[in-house]
Amino acid sequence: MSQTTTDATQPTDGERPAYDSSDVLVDAKGVKVHFPIKRGVIFDKTIGHVYAVDGVDLQIRRGETYGLVGESGCGKSTLGRAILNLEPPTDGTVTFDGVDIASLKGEELRRKRQDIQMVFQDPLSSLDPRQSVESLLFEGMKAHGLAKNAKEARPRLVELLNAVGLPEAALAKYPHEFSGGQRQRIGIARALSVNPKLIVADEPVSALDVSVQAQVVNLLEDLQEEFGLTYLVVAHDLAVVRHISDRIGVMYLGALAEEADADDLYAQPLHPYTRALMSAVPVPDPVVEDRREQILLTGDLPSPSRPPSGCRFHTRCPWRQETKCDTERPVLRVPDIPGVGSGHRVACHWTEQIESGEIERHEVAPEVTDLSDLLDGDDSLMGPASISEAL
Amino acid sequence: MNPSPMDPRPSAKKDRIDSLAETSGRGGTATAVKDVHVGAAGKVKDTGGVSLIASAWARLRRNPVFLLGLAITVVFVLLALFAPLLAPNDPTKRMPELLEDLSRSTNPVPGPEAGFPLGSDDFGRDLLSRLIVGARQTLIVGVFATLFGLAGGIILGTLAGAFGGWVDSLVMRIVDVMLSVPSLLLAVSIAALAPRPSQWTVIIAIAVVQVPIFARLLRGSMLAQRASDHVLAARALGVKQSSIVFRHMLPNSLGPVIVQSTLVLATSIIDAAALSFLGLGNPDDRQPEWGQMLGASQQWIRDYPHLAFYPAACIIVVALGFTLMGESLREALDPKSRR
Amino acid sequence: MSPTTTADPTPTDQTNVADRDKARRWREGGSEPLLRVRDLRVTFQRQGQEPFEAVQGVSFDVHPGQTVGLVGESGCGKSVTSLAIMGLLPQRGNKVTGTVDYEGTNLLDLSDQQMRDKRGKDIAMVFQDPLSSLNPVVPIGLQVTEVLERHRGMSRKAATPVARELLDRVGIPDPDRRLKDYPHQLSGGMRQRALIAIALACQPRLLIADEPTTALDVTIQAQILALLKELVEESGTALVMITHDLGVVAGLCDEVNVLYGGRIVERGDRHDLFAQPRHPYTHGLLASIPRLDAPRGQRLTPIPGSVSDNLPWTSACAFAPRCSQPIEVCTQKMPELEEHHQRALRCFNPVEATR
Repeated sequence: MSQTTTDATQPTDGERPAYDSSDVLVDAKGVKVHFPIKRGVIFDKTIGHVYAVDGVDLQIRRGETYGLVGESGCGKSTLGRAILNLEPPTDGTVTFDGVDIASLKGEELRRKRQDIQMVFQDPLSSLDPRQSVESLLFEGMKAHGLAKNAKEARPRLVELLNAVGLPEAALAKYPHEFSGGQRQRIGIARALSVNPKLIVADEPVSALDVSVQAQVVNLLEDLQEEFGLTYLVVAHDLAVVRHISDRIGVMYLGALAEEADADDLYAQPLHPYTRALMSAVPVPDPVVEDRREQILLTGDLPSPSRPPSGCRFHTRCPWRQETKCDTERPVLRVPDIPGVGSGHRVACHWTEQIESGEIERHEVAPEVTDLSDLLDGDDSLMGPASISEAL
Repeated sequence: MNPSPMDPRPSAKKDRIDSLAETSGRGGTATAVKDVHVGAAGKVKDTGGVSLIASAWARLRRNPVFLLGLAITVVFVLLALFAPLLAPNDPTKRMPELLEDLSRSTNPVPGPEAGFPLGSDDFGRDLLSRLIVGARQTLIVGVFATLFGLAGGIILGTLAGAFGGWVDSLVMRIVDVMLSVPSLLLAVSIAALAPRPSQWTVIIAIAVVQVPIFARLLRGSMLAQRASDHVLAARALGVKQSSIVFRHMLPNSLGPVIVQSTLVLATSIIDAAALSFLGLGNPDDRQPEWGQMLGASQQWIRDYPHLAFYPAACIIVVALGFTLMGESLREALDPKSRR
Repeated sequence: MSPTTTADPTPTDQTNVADRDKARRWREGGSEPLLRVRDLRVTFQRQGQEPFEAVQGVSFDVHPGQTVGLVGESGCGKSVTSLAIMGLLPQRGNKVTGTVDYEGTNLLDLSDQQMRDKRGKDIAMVFQDPLSSLNPVVPIGLQVTEVLERHRGMSRKAATPVARELLDRVGIPDPDRRLKDYPHQLSGGMRQRALIAIALACQPRLLIADEPTTALDVTIQAQILALLKELVEESGTALVMITHDLGVVAGLCDEVNVLYGGRIVERGDRHDLFAQPRHPYTHGLLASIPRLDAPRGQRLTPIPGSVSDNLPWTSACAFAPRCSQPIEVCTQKMPELEEHHQRALRCFNPVEATR
């Protein structure tokens, strides 16, 4: 896949929902993040790119929770980091509160970080094992001049801990002395310590035990209400995202496939990929499981270093058509379907026809993705090996 | 958001649970249940925190291998510190009692006799005293060579690991060049460059050899830290770059370097001995040193092997002591061995 | 494999009843259990550390063709149980007691050599991480034929077409080409399929799947679950499914065992168990999971604390500190696993039956 094809089908001219501009906290336009693949014996040569994020437009309104879902390798985490400028976008702008974050550098960028904070997937690895909770929480406050020394900051640190449900005694302790859920609470307290406006939560519960996930989900909801926070929640668990989000964007291979209010997305998924994703999530209810109709996708997710031409999903799409799908990249647009509001955008050429039943589902020959040319980077979903997990 | 006083909210969940516990008690009082019940976030013990180093020490204290290494090292250090007091005789003086027995043709190296349990060297000097005092020079060489090597390695490794990019490439190519020369050959060249060999030429020669090893090691673990989540978290928090390097990356990268330095202590003692043996060490034999003694003994190795045996045994035991300590330190600091 | 598997859209009540009939038949001795695990205990003993009993007396049966789920969070002992059954725990540092009766043989009494013969031939296992379970330097095809050569005494030549057929059967497209591929060339889903092909190579009567879909994406998970379901139904292989995901269990397992802190706390037929969870832990878990089909805006009801708050089973109910309705006796002695009808429950104060 060459660079030119991707450029030729830039989707940035898609329709944008008309929100009041003062209402929008984050406005990302045409964001791309491409990672070069380098090989070479003596001199590294760029032999290709991983198109992790390839042209995403999204807007996050003040006080809402925007959920990004998709499977591993779809670029959702990279997009989250690009919005924080932790991963500088290759192209595009990210306007945060009127300032283009993507163009900031050095000290300016560091100062701006106070407004956007991040909560990580693995609460143990994201906390420095050598720092006590006190110094972990104080660090950000010091960096942004919110407090001079730890003693002065102490009442505030205790407040932060209380806000996330931990006692004062936790201050003197080290990350390894806590359970997974407690560590995630500390990670959230750290994000809160600098009074951010936006929190990007990257898989905030997926590393936690099932019984603990709900604690953290509830905590995030409480804190949002208490401090008027805006969230961008990045996760692969559709049920969690639907529960916590007001609006959801579904990503597939570096681009948004569909965007809608959480209720609408579940009630009326329009993109073939969203339909398949929804039907694949197991529900803990045998009655539902027995009667439900699954749309099983065949084959692998194509490699993001060689994305398919046209619609990225056409290689696995059970509604694929002979024309358009493999040649023209669809833009995100409000479909012309009665009852579908202007907040519901889909990147599919045939949405209307699929919804009306004009186009029917058919079989798809599975395609295998050969990963040998791609540097294997995405191990984030690998759980612990069974024996160590059990111990 | 203002830093408005957040009212410390007593966990509503806990209250609910406790009241449930009280109401659902079948006839009994619910107090017993209350005691064990946890808050929403789970229990946090009221005790003070235990840092990583503290818990590593707790594991080390029970490790017999570490204790053996520690014992050897402590004996060695004490010996070096108090050498003048411990040595029964002046190591530089040709003892008259021994000189009586020494004759160039029949008995060039007098054996043990009263007051001189190991006998003398070929100059009629007390061997035991020379070994004891030699510990001091050996320790000075080992410690300073390691410290200088460590310092150089940390500076280069931090530069490479913290900045990355072309700084990293430049530093690492220099390091590669240094590594490509066999270490003893490099040390010999450096020692030979000095106009007059002395103790300090030995130290510097050995230190320079250690620098690339430390630099590579530190750079590797710094790069791993750079990609780690907690460094990313600090960046996302807006912590200054210098702070990230010195508070997060460096402290978390030092573990393997510290372990390596205990091992280097052992090898630098051996290297120093080798340099002395090759005649590149301190030529002044009024400051006895084990390697130098070993070197001097080579002309007697056929008939009086004990002259070589004692200093060699000292070197081996001390090197073993440091190595045992280093290995068990590595084990204790290894995150995989944590429980 | 067809791209869509459409479950019969109407007859939930019929399948419900059919399921229960099947369960009753298994329970009331319609067939001898294939695997009978009794009072299995695994204790880990490390030098200089307190011994830790990871599995504390687990008993369950698996009948031919039945799918049994072991569900629980990390640290509940589900994976250790499966490794103990397979004889795959490390040689040193642990003690396994109890009986694992497979068709009249106690697997725990077998020598390493005998166990190696059983493994792969009679009992096979599928692991969570397909990449680390496959040999990275050996092509997939060779890894399948090796098993055939070892256990079915086939020649390499005879085994290759069988391997090809196996890959085809688990839904790997273009199997001729894939036989020559190395594991790193395949995606996670394809690797898991390859692993299933290896496990099924000798037509084992029992397959143990330890979190087979945890490392996979949902759409791939759906493929693998559908595949497992299909293969089990076709070949009559019994399946022990180990997972933390109640959703996976709900669609797949005939009987579900819920583990907590190394013991079974509740057991039942999947319809009964999900409709009426009686143990506060099962009940709490189901209440704490956001459901894709539930109305939005409802708050989740989490279980407080974490497994590190557990009490020792020896003197109390381990779950008592996190329980929503503990009573005094819960912290004084251990509840026993009591069986009635097709349910088993270990609780002093179970959640009231709602119907």
